[in-house]
Amino acid sequence: MPSEPTTAPDERPVDTVEADDGDDAAAETDGGHETELQAHTIRLELVDEPGQLLAALKPIADNGANLLSIFHERGSLTPRGRIPVEVDIECPPDRFEGILDDLRSRGVNVIQADAEEYGDEVTVVLVGHLVDTDLSDTLKNIQDCSGASVADIDLSAPAGAGSEAHSSARLRLRARAGETASVVETIRAVAAEKDIDVIAPLEGRR
Amino acid sequence: MKLGVLGAGAVGRSVATLAPEYGHEVTALADSSAAVVDAGGVDVDAALARKDAGDPLGDAEPGDALAGEYDALVEATPTTLGDAEPGFSHVRAALERDRHVVLANKGPVAERYAEVRELEADSAGEVYFEATVGGAIPVCATVDDLGAKHVSAVRGVLNGTANFVLSRMAAEGLDYDHVLAEAQDLGVAEADPSFDVEGTDAALKCVILANVLREADCDSLDELREVEVTLADAEVEGIRDIPGSALELAAEDGRTVRLVGEATRDGVNVGPRLVPENGTLSVTGTRNIVEIDHEYAGELAISGRGAGGEETASAVLADVARLE
Repeated sequence: MPSEPTTAPDERPVDTVEADDGDDAAAETDGGHETELQAHTIRLELVDEPGQLLAALKPIADNGANLLSIFHERGSLTPRGRIPVEVDIECPPDRFEGILDDLRSRGVNVIQADAEEYGDEVTVVLVGHLVDTDLSDTLKNIQDCSGASVADIDLSAPAGAGSEAHSSARLRLRARAGETASVVETIRAVAAEKDIDVIAPLEGRR
Repeated sequence: MKLGVLGAGAVGRSVATLAPEYGHEVTALADSSAAVVDAGGVDVDAALARKDAGDPLGDAEPGDALAGEYDALVEATPTTLGDAEPGFSHVRAALERDRHVVLANKGPVAERYAEVRELEADSAGEVYFEATVGGAIPVCATVDDLGAKHVSAVRGVLNGTANFVLSRMAAEGLDYDHVLAEAQDLGVAEADPSFDVEGTDAALKCVILANVLREADCDSLDELREVEVTLADAEVEGIRDIPGSALELAAEDGRTVRLVGEATRDGVNVGPRLVPENGTLSVTGTRNIVEIDHEYAGELAISGRGAGGEETASAVLADVARLE
């Protein structure tokens, strides 16, 4: 969808934009808070008009993210004749989606958000009374606790629910680069609460 | 070299039988109830024939074999946990007499590693234990040759029974109980298979390897005593609860499940792991494999028969050769 022309840019420098929300503690970066910051890469495409870049950066500042770097390729154009921009930011984990929503609502075309966020994959097999112990709850707990996302699942319960026999499920999870070992640890802990065994790859291997 | 052989099970009898071929002489052979002792050389075949006929090996007491004349004691009695007795006392008795000890019994080096090393330090005798890990596979010798200091991890499939069960389950789509019964019929699994399928046997082997790795960083026996590992320190999970469906799901994804043990300086971990179906660790049947991670050499793998009388005896006799 082509992006709408954006409204006139805020003339103030980007680093002072957040002063607008100075009284809104929720929108501040951690600055002494204990929230962990996460790095993200966002690729945008901008219409070649003055003020576009600044407009695109405002949602980042408004949501309390730190701008780490901007790669603005003014010389090259995307297939749609726009200018590709890559922005590296860091922000508390729960702010990232808000930033993307704001960007989109301002008509900024987000081409790719965080290809690196889930850089690794890990496959595990769960064994136990998976259906009777509420598999969707187990999956939710795994996602919530490990920060990994379940990419797909295959369940095999040949004896059916309610049977004494164990069922199995193969999960493929997307995890942040370098975090598969801790994701597996978390899955083991979550699964243990329901007496579910986890067959995982060797540490450090996918 | 004159060998005193304690234990006349599959390994002990193979060592005694093969010893002459390696240029050694058996001067004592004992099982748990009797012994045959002769400083001039025991007639091994005759003694084993007596045992097979249901008679004692010889007229002597088992203790006479321990006290007999030998250069190296081959300790091949069954592995015991906890205090590792009577194996540990056998090791002590031989070392106190300044004799060498070659272990096939895992107990003393898995449960009382530092004590064994202390006894060795006070003795003119040396202790080797290649046969305790991976049967015929030269794991300890390879780690030693490579320099244990530079080895960060040793991992592998170290139990043939568990591997037979898992690979049959995967290949035939059969359930655990079915394959186990088959393994018992074939003599691959014991009547009580718990030692193998619960991961204890693999864990003992990994504990021994973890001790070897940690020992490489120690400058004194005191330090070794501080860092030694025993079975109680190992995290162990067996294969008993794995349903056929888990292996099917793994196979659909190009993987399979193997009981993998891993020894690092951090400790010992044994449990079912997902491995690539065509990867190094997915050996089939009773075959074992060991992977060594080395600082400079990278990853090395040695595969072979991890159990069996003659196979394990070959490792015992390789150790005896190191003593010459």
